[in-house]
Amino acid sequence: MAKELLSGNEAIARGAYEAGVTFASAYPGTPSTEILENVVRYKEVIHAQWGVNEKTAMEEALGASFTGARALVAMKHVGLNVAADPLFSASYIGATGALIIISADDPGMHSSQNEQDNRHYAIAAKIPVLEPSDSQEAKDMVIEAVKISESFDTPVLIRMTTRTSHSRSAVELGERLEPPVPEYKSDFFKRNLLPGNARRRHVLVEERQKKLAVFSDDFKYNTVIKGKNRIGVVASGVSYQYGREVFPDASFLKLAMPYPFPVNLFKRFAAKLDTIYILEENDPIIETFARLVEPGKKIIGKDVFPLLGEMSQDVVQASLKLKDLTPRFDVNTIPRRPPSLCTGCPHTALFYNLGLQKVNSRGDIGCYTLGALPPLSAMDTCVDMGASITVLLGIEKALAKAEKTIKQVAVIGDSTFFHSGITGLIDVIYNKGQSTVVILDNSITAMTGHQENPGSGTTLMGETAPRIDIVKLVRDGLGLEHTYEVDGYDVKAIKELLKREILRPEPSVIVVRRPCILLYRKAKWSPMRVDGEACTSCKVCLRLGCPAISSDADGKAFINEALCSGCGVCAQVCAFKAISFVDDKGLHSSSITLESYLSGDRS
Amino acid sequence: MKTKSILICGVGGQGILTASDLLSDVLLLAGFQVKKSEVHGMSQRGGDVISTVRYGDEVFSPLPALNETDYILAFEKLEALRNINYLSRKGIMLVNDFAWQPLPVASGLEKYPADIEAQLRKLAAEVVLIPATRLAVELGNEKASNVILIGLLASRMEIDRPLWLDVIIKKVPPRFKDLNLKAFETGFNFRP
Ligand code: SF4
Ligand code: SF4
Repeated sequence: MAKELLSGNEAIARGAYEAGVTFASAYPGTPSTEILENVVRYKEVIHAQWGVNEKTAMEEALGASFTGARALVAMKHVGLNVAADPLFSASYIGATGALIIISADDPGMHSSQNEQDNRHYAIAAKIPVLEPSDSQEAKDMVIEAVKISESFDTPVLIRMTTRTSHSRSAVELGERLEPPVPEYKSDFFKRNLLPGNARRRHVLVEERQKKLAVFSDDFKYNTVIKGKNRIGVVASGVSYQYGREVFPDASFLKLAMPYPFPVNLFKRFAAKLDTIYILEENDPIIETFARLVEPGKKIIGKDVFPLLGEMSQDVVQASLKLKDLTPRFDVNTIPRRPPSLCTGCPHTALFYNLGLQKVNSRGDIGCYTLGALPPLSAMDTCVDMGASITVLLGIEKALAKAEKTIKQVAVIGDSTFFHSGITGLIDVIYNKGQSTVVILDNSITAMTGHQENPGSGTTLMGETAPRIDIVKLVRDGLGLEHTYEVDGYDVKAIKELLKREILRPEPSVIVVRRPCILLYRKAKWSPMRVDGEACTSCKVCLRLGCPAISSDADGKAFINEALCSGCGVCAQVCAFKAISFVDDKGLHSSSITLESYLSGDRS
Repeated sequence: MKTKSILICGVGGQGILTASDLLSDVLLLAGFQVKKSEVHGMSQRGGDVISTVRYGDEVFSPLPALNETDYILAFEKLEALRNINYLSRKGIMLVNDFAWQPLPVASGLEKYPADIEAQLRKLAAEVVLIPATRLAVELGNEKASNVILIGLLASRMEIDRPLWLDVIIKKVPPRFKDLNLKAFETGFNFRP
């Protein structure tokens, strides 16, 4: 069979194909996004779709499983918080066709707001969890998970992490298993969780747990490697790989299925060993079970290895004082390189205006969270998906009780608004909030790499789809009279709308519209240029935080034409008219308009 | 063979992931076990990007260790300095002689260090600077700088030349084939 270098996420997708999965859903989120993007390569045999959030995605997968179809749902770790409600119900209902849940955790928080360990969810919901340590195992685990799910009538959680998701290693490709033909058969006692039924299902869940614990003892991917000394290492996920580097002579127990914990397997492993190291990322889950099972053994875990951040062979060695990590060069002495909004980003003008009007925003999750960084510095809260609007309302109401107000707005993207902002906005309207919500509608889920959403007009499978118009939804659907639309590049119009709406003692929504610049990439707009004579070095344009603008040795603004996208926002903020298009192929003479783009013209 | 590590670093958008993909494919073709690591997400918005490749007979960790990395291929000078702690005492630092101001510098909040080359030479056994961006512009496309850098790396590694050419031909779109083959030669034959 052919071998290919695949990322863990690609391997999960390949596993879904080989395991006979026919339904897959997800909400994009780093580090999980590429799973569905790769599943869709098999769209001839797998229906793949983005849900508006992880809860809908999970419920849709569960529905598919009801028919006997094999279903997979993928999300980042915090996404499982959103999908926790159906997760717990799914555990009681079980799986008719396999139900595979992929959670991609983010130890070290490369792009997340926390580093929660989602194995806790498996324990709380009483379902098994598998942890692959490389891409080959990621593929194999999907196939194993399908078998476990169908033979034990249970959803199975596969815990990936940033390193297993985004590392590439060789994977042997296999054939696809023919999936069963789906058919809906009613099963009231199993799938209708009325309390009377749920009580009966809970009994079965507890029995299932016991059977799974026995299974875990013999699960072939829970591997033992005999070593040359009396040191043992128990590890799961990518930590196993770090362990093999640090302890070449030790015995290893690789726990591909850390829960239910294989009690007997662990006892047998531990019997001949003096010291046992436990390597796992985030929380001491294996460790807690190990200590319970073998209270007398010398077990070394989170008392030495860090709870915070990612593991690595360096971290393992440094924790054991085997290696000194003092750097020869202090990187804090050189400038950082934080991410920033792209040149020509349709969000820049909004944050620039918020700064100018000294309005601090309630932020949300997306590219626009970068509006929090200097020099824009226009966002001082960011909690979780959709929280911009609800936090705004909470602050407003609490202050109102003391007859106070502040100048604030909520800023949320289109995808996040569909995900969970819309319910918050309904709260605002219903509870007679007076604040302003800004919806940055770039018609795509940009942060995670441009996934389609209900405002895009296309689906993951590449089909055209009805485009949900946020302005109409809010104005006509929710009946919010003060709903306005403005072009993301129109600095003056944004400024005036903000000024007026923030003061208005009624709720309002401003939809700032303009597709993400990266969707226009091929369009050749003229770049901008600074007229050195006219520039007074006032540095106002530098406050846009545009990566193409810097100042030269004598303090004059300088625009890097190779980076400039030609959005023209800087030209609008310069009071001295020092910035203009290099030639007449400027944006405003470009044949691409918002409307032509939205109707499918992406040239 | 002892596992070797290569770290490629630079700025989001410079073609770092393409370069490390190409490198991994060559190593795989050469018969090694290969593991590659990269982090997606925030880094794509003009932040610093790192991709690492490890190869050998049996590779466990996908991550390189501090002070133990054999080659660093830096697409930008400041990023070379940022990652120097990974380089082994005997390692080789290959650097694109190109400065890209990060936003805090461009907006006047911080200063771009003036003495990067001197600092690198003090901290690494061997430093090779190549004006890859300028050479790529001379070849007609700034984007080819990543293959020039790969060419330079290839000249320092013990992998048969035809393997590199095979993979480049297979990986790049046909219309960029000649450009990229020329870029590879430019890097491979570069003498500082
Ligand atoms: S990807 Fe699009 S939305 Fe995100 S920062 Fe860049 S231009 Fe803005
Ligand atoms: S805003 Fe105009 S005058 Fe001020 S620095 Fe920029 S280009 Fe010069």
